[in-house]
Amino acid sequence: MAETRRDALVRWPWLRRTLTSRLWSAAAALITLAGFVLAILAGLWGTPAGARNFGIVFVWIVWWAALIIGLVPLFGRLWCAICPIPAPGEWLQRRGIVQQLPERRLGLGRRWPRRLRNIWLQNASFLLVALFSMLILTRPAVTGWLLLGFLVVSLALSLVFEGRAFCRYLCPVGGFIGVFSLLAPLELRVKERGVCQQHSPKDCLTGTNCSYGCPWGVYPGTLQRNMHCGLCAECLRSCPQDNITINLRLPAADLWVAGERRLDEAYKVFIMLGCALLYSVVLLGPWGWLKQLANLETWGGWAIYAAGFLAVNLLVVPGLFWLTSAGARRLAGFPLPTRRLFIDYAYGLVPLGLAAWIAFSLSLVLVNATYALPVLSDPFGWGWDLLGTAGVHWQPLATGWLPGLQAAVLLAGLAFSILAVYRIARQHAPRASTDQAWRASLPLTAYLTGFVLLLMGVYLG
Amino acid sequence: MLRKRLLTVLPFILLAGGVWLLPLDWLAAAPQTRQVTLTASQFAFDPPILHVNRGDRVILTLQAADVVHGLYLDGYDLQARVEPGLPRQLEFIADRSGKFRYRCSVSCGSLHPFMIGELVVTPNDTFIRLAGLALITAAGVLTYLRRCAPGAAYG
Repeated sequence: MAETRRDALVRWPWLRRTLTSRLWSAAAALITLAGFVLAILAGLWGTPAGARNFGIVFVWIVWWAALIIGLVPLFGRLWCAICPIPAPGEWLQRRGIVQQLPERRLGLGRRWPRRLRNIWLQNASFLLVALFSMLILTRPAVTGWLLLGFLVVSLALSLVFEGRAFCRYLCPVGGFIGVFSLLAPLELRVKERGVCQQHSPKDCLTGTNCSYGCPWGVYPGTLQRNMHCGLCAECLRSCPQDNITINLRLPAADLWVAGERRLDEAYKVFIMLGCALLYSVVLLGPWGWLKQLANLETWGGWAIYAAGFLAVNLLVVPGLFWLTSAGARRLAGFPLPTRRLFIDYAYGLVPLGLAAWIAFSLSLVLVNATYALPVLSDPFGWGWDLLGTAGVHWQPLATGWLPGLQAAVLLAGLAFSILAVYRIARQHAPRASTDQAWRASLPLTAYLTGFVLLLMGVYLG
Repeated sequence: MLRKRLLTVLPFILLAGGVWLLPLDWLAAAPQTRQVTLTASQFAFDPPILHVNRGDRVILTLQAADVVHGLYLDGYDLQARVEPGLPRQLEFIADRSGKFRYRCSVSCGSLHPFMIGELVVTPNDTFIRLAGLALITAAGVLTYLRRCAPGAAYG
């Protein structure tokens, strides 16, 4: 285990110096907040033409592509450390942006209800946003109101609950970033668990004179996965034992953590798979009637679309996977309940889920990326030309290569996912029998391959 | 162990190469001239999917039913603009097989970015080959796990 990890803070001392200062994250959050506010203003008061509006182009093309193709696969939850949505609420809670002012916390500081300490609400909020995605992606005003709504809800929750309640339990983006961050080749962890066990008090949770307690409510001493670590590095600042570090590691190491697999997270994986497929069909497909249903042109039509959308995400994708898991159990002869296998093997779908989203996003970004140049010069679509790029015409990029690129990403996701389900299956097999694990992998591989062929059919068939 | 791994993977790499290079011309129909009328209206093309054979000479009459629209054909870099009542004629040889999306290239309203149609040039050998690669990938990884995974019982 240890040989697959490299301490990034030892390797790059400048990184330690940067992270131990709160300045970098505050500065980054201020920059992203400026962009976020501009997106809201452009959404609410700019041109209604989405392709000419900063709110649409920079949120749903530039930011989205950077997040799903670059930030999440490489750095996991790093975006959460510089996200503008929780920043104002957090600064209010702390009554400061950079400077530490202990004992002067603002807000009620209540604990999040125990029954809601899972990501079911995030699953629901993601589906809610996804159901209206045709409106959100094409109407700047809807995007503007949505972003403003996120800001207000996050702010309100910060004043009622402790830490980053919105990020951890409600944010529709945070849920899938968390799941995909399990694949990242980067992690924040303690160096020696024994040091934490013997050390009291837990400064990383309660904070010190020069640092805050973990705003995500995560205790680094037992942290095994990236799922809920927002990489804010407060624990790095607070640990008097210098026992926190950031490791470079092999990708997907968190998928093998057997003790923390849960149904709510498994459902997040199914929702991400289902939405990648449905978005590809509805948004990138040739069927105008389907786009009209999604576009809320009539409530009846949208209701049919919503019912189908939810059925695919909540019943069809997981239902077929349940049958597959039952088949794996039977073939391998595992004495475990199907429910356990259903949850565990869902984590093997994570690589393919990310690949499916990258494939979908490649299409979105390569076709629409050139909209970013005129929008930089004229964010509101009011006829400005601040940088001299307002006249740049739309030109799709590399569309001849796009299907091959999408297929390559899907094939990589497929191979990675088969390896993942096999490795998870070995955890179920008595004495880690490779034969049983291999037999369990057969129906799971069929499910994965079927999904890839389905997506390839949409993109290439 | 490395030798065993290479010997396990090599047949699948060769098979993938074979699938990629496999001649599929026998699936192709004789080229012909096709006249197609493509109507653009907010926010779809009619017909939404065009099927042609590789080598076909395609004469496309593009017309706009409501507002100004455009057409950009992926992979062929074909671009045109059309106004209502003023149909445009485009001509090209469908010399690349596969699925290519055509998109509205003139901002025509809210759903403009998703106003998309599909040109399928058969035989769609790109899809056939890539679907084959998916099956070979799955079989290859499974075989690798069977023979080479740490503690593998066989091989």
